Amino acid sequence: MRFGVRRTGRLVLSVWVLVTAAFLMIHVLPGDPVRASLGPTAPLSLIEQRRAAMGLDDPLWLQYVHYLGHLVTGDLGVSMTSGLPVDEVISSRLGSTVEMALLAFAVAVLISVPLGTIMAVLARSNKNRDWALTSAGVVVATIPEFLMAVGLVFVFSVQLGWTPVAGRSGPSSYILPVLALAIGPAFMLARIIRVELLSVLQADYIRTARAKRLRPAAVYLRHALPNALTATLTVGGLLLGALVAGTVLIENIFAWPGLGGTIVQSILAKDYPTVQGVVLVYGAGVLLINLVVDVALAVLDPRSAIRES
Amino acid sequence: MAYLKRPLGISAAVLLVLVLGLALVAPLLWQERADAVHPNEILLGPSSAHPVGTDLLGRDILARVLVATRLSVGLALLATAIGVGVGLLLGTAPTLLGRRVGRWITAVINIAVAFPTLLLALFFAVIFGVGAKGAVLAIGFATAPAFARLTQTLAATISGRDFIAAARVAGVGRMRILLRHVLPNIAEPLVVSATMAAGSALLAFASLSFLGLGVQAPGYDWGRLLGEGLAQIYIHPAGALAAGVAVIVAAMAFNLTGEAVARGLVMINPDKPRSALVGKAEPLPGGGLLHVENLRVSYGDVTPVRGVSLTVGAGEAVGIVGESGSGKSLTALAIAQLIESPGRVDADRIEFLGEDLRHGDHRKLLGTSLAMVFQDPMTSLNPTHKVGRQLAEVAREHQGATRRAAWRRAVDRLAAVRIPDAERRARQLPHEFSGGMRQRAMIGMGVMASPRLIIADEPTTALDVTVQRRVLELLADVRAAEGAALLFISHDVTVVGQVCDRVLVMYAGRVVEDLPTASLAGGALHPYTQALVSAVPSMTTDRDRPLAVIPGRPPDPHALPAGCAYAPRCPLATERCLDEDPTLTVHDDGRRVACWHAEAHLEGAAS
Repeated sequence: MRFGVRRTGRLVLSVWVLVTAAFLMIHVLPGDPVRASLGPTAPLSLIEQRRAAMGLDDPLWLQYVHYLGHLVTGDLGVSMTSGLPVDEVISSRLGSTVEMALLAFAVAVLISVPLGTIMAVLARSNKNRDWALTSAGVVVATIPEFLMAVGLVFVFSVQLGWTPVAGRSGPSSYILPVLALAIGPAFMLARIIRVELLSVLQADYIRTARAKRLRPAAVYLRHALPNALTATLTVGGLLLGALVAGTVLIENIFAWPGLGGTIVQSILAKDYPTVQGVVLVYGAGVLLINLVVDVALAVLDPRSAIRES
Repeated sequence: MAYLKRPLGISAAVLLVLVLGLALVAPLLWQERADAVHPNEILLGPSSAHPVGTDLLGRDILARVLVATRLSVGLALLATAIGVGVGLLLGTAPTLLGRRVGRWITAVINIAVAFPTLLLALFFAVIFGVGAKGAVLAIGFATAPAFARLTQTLAATISGRDFIAAARVAGVGRMRILLRHVLPNIAEPLVVSATMAAGSALLAFASLSFLGLGVQAPGYDWGRLLGEGLAQIYIHPAGALAAGVAVIVAAMAFNLTGEAVARGLVMINPDKPRSALVGKAEPLPGGGLLHVENLRVSYGDVTPVRGVSLTVGAGEAVGIVGESGSGKSLTALAIAQLIESPGRVDADRIEFLGEDLRHGDHRKLLGTSLAMVFQDPMTSLNPTHKVGRQLAEVAREHQGATRRAAWRRAVDRLAAVRIPDAERRARQLPHEFSGGMRQRAMIGMGVMASPRLIIADEPTTALDVTVQRRVLELLADVRAAEGAALLFISHDVTVVGQVCDRVLVMYAGRVVEDLPTASLAGGALHPYTQALVSAVPSMTTDRDRPLAVIPGRPPDPHALPAGCAYAPRCPLATERCLDEDPTLTVHDDGRRVACWHAEAHLEGAAS
């Protein structure tokens, strides 16, 4: 239970830092955000009017109070370019981003667990094949998702014509973006699972399991893998966070109708309320992932909750 | 720089020098070619004039990719420098500013580290604005938290060292301690991380430019070229691919160099001394439950067990004593078929309950008739499984029990090894058990089926003395209840004396004496056994005199002497002992001993 209290405390602090950073983001940037957004030719009256509408003339603390108040009610302000409420813009696009991230993570896990296990088994039997597979894994894991995407588009869309090059239209349009996001983390995870499995296989309790004369598959899958996965989960959480960031690039490459396109366009258009809102959503997403990972760790390996203190 | 001498290190370093060299010279050589617009050569495929083709304005793509090296690498290095600088400041701040401020900085760093670098970079890109300058600052600040965390961790490990404490006591200021003592000691891992961070910065920069947030036209780096190329990927894929390959090669040059150096830092490669002598077979008295003849266990060219022969009769309790490194535990593991690759087991005979364990699969026999109890109960149970489940597994696996029947048996067995409230305890995880209770659970696991032989490998060594006694009593009770034999491994000759009927004394991978426990005190023939026994203090030991110890050390298994392995430490050693290894000889009363002086002893004792 102490774990729950401590973890909640950290979550509250993290949320506060995120919310405050998103607030300050607009205020620390050099110059007047409204003038920057409307361009140098905008009439002074329009700028004055916008500033007043956004409350930018109030003292900073009052703006902060208003900002927090609006945030609680889910009001993220109004886009400076489209005039639409930011929360509506976000809710219309959030789904497709979440969908892609979760699919990619699922694919990464589905690839990495068997791959990592095979690599660990190979490492104990066939040194040459282990070396080849590990090296290949290192190379693949180094390729960033957006370059992976370019490569995949080249092979599967341009050369083979199997998949659409961009957009979201039917199941086949998911293949490339999801693969581009998943392959790198899958190999990274597989490497970690391999290392963790190899070290777990040295553990005394594995010797105990072998002394019980369990089938080798039961030793690997029932006793070794779950213990290797707890360590993997920590890294997996970091990878899932990075995967969220990766969606920004992937969405822009594949013209995916998600938040990634929105944030880049709004940064370029200096549409600060939208940027602020999307940054909050991404940040909250990452915090949520970290929370889920920590809770999962505490459930899977109760010692981790104690160790943390 | 020895670590750069390995193949990976060399290729990475060469690649890195190549990339850095290109960054310097490419703009000097190919700038004009890269910027020359040819309106009639738009989007050409590869040709001898343009090896990778031309872009939308008829410019040579290869030249543009090569020229872009300088901007791409330069900006990445600049961003890394900012990241390292800010990270160092933040990371050392807790050391410099004292605990209170330090805690706040640490808390914020910890939160920032949780966010992916690219998201942080996007956040800072909003603040610093779109463009090359903004992107450099954004990526620099985005990499800073990770670097701060690393600096902090490294500094914290150094701060605990004695020389820092000494400097602090001597009144050296915080700043001076940091600059003179802490930073120089953590410089090496920091440089390695900075090298790898440069690779990541390169990728991050390519991402931002690719999204249009980094380098702006007419300037171009690899990210921008990639973005421009992607728009034409259907007509002319070479444009995007060339820039992509450049990014990957350069990023890998940084990453692999960093990794090679990092590996070099932890790499230990001692020269292995060569050996070795493999023992001869020993004669063996017949009859019993377990027969082992000429058992050898080797790892590469080291042979820690050199021809052990032993028998265990039904219901008999046999002890194996010896110092650590004598091969007693490996002997036990080898008998139990638990030696793993790269270890190798050879034997002329390993027979248990009439089955030859050297060949074929004996899972069921061993799973039900052989029980193992290991040394460290803290680590020998799976930390993520409930204790009851770990016991029940045996019944499920070998006896085809249903889940419920297996669980009931597990609870029953836990109760049998005197674990109070077994029903509740079975549902707990190992870390909720005390050490003694865990060892009892291990024994309980052994008696899930009905074992004929229990092999206990130092089962009490990791426990405190009062618990030791109870575990030994339990072992004795279980043995009596099951009628099982016991092979008891220990370094403690007293404990073995209490538990066993017969003792095998091992030294340097061989059995040197095999005698009844009753003969231990006063009747041992081998000088090593005598030394072991006399090293145990008793109630009558004169406590003013130093404890008797066996002088010298056990021999290095890499370099065993030609003669008797004990000879260098033996007070009786003669010329013959140094030259000739004594064989284990069976005496009239069934005792076995391997010593050239044993006969004389026997005669001495008889007269």
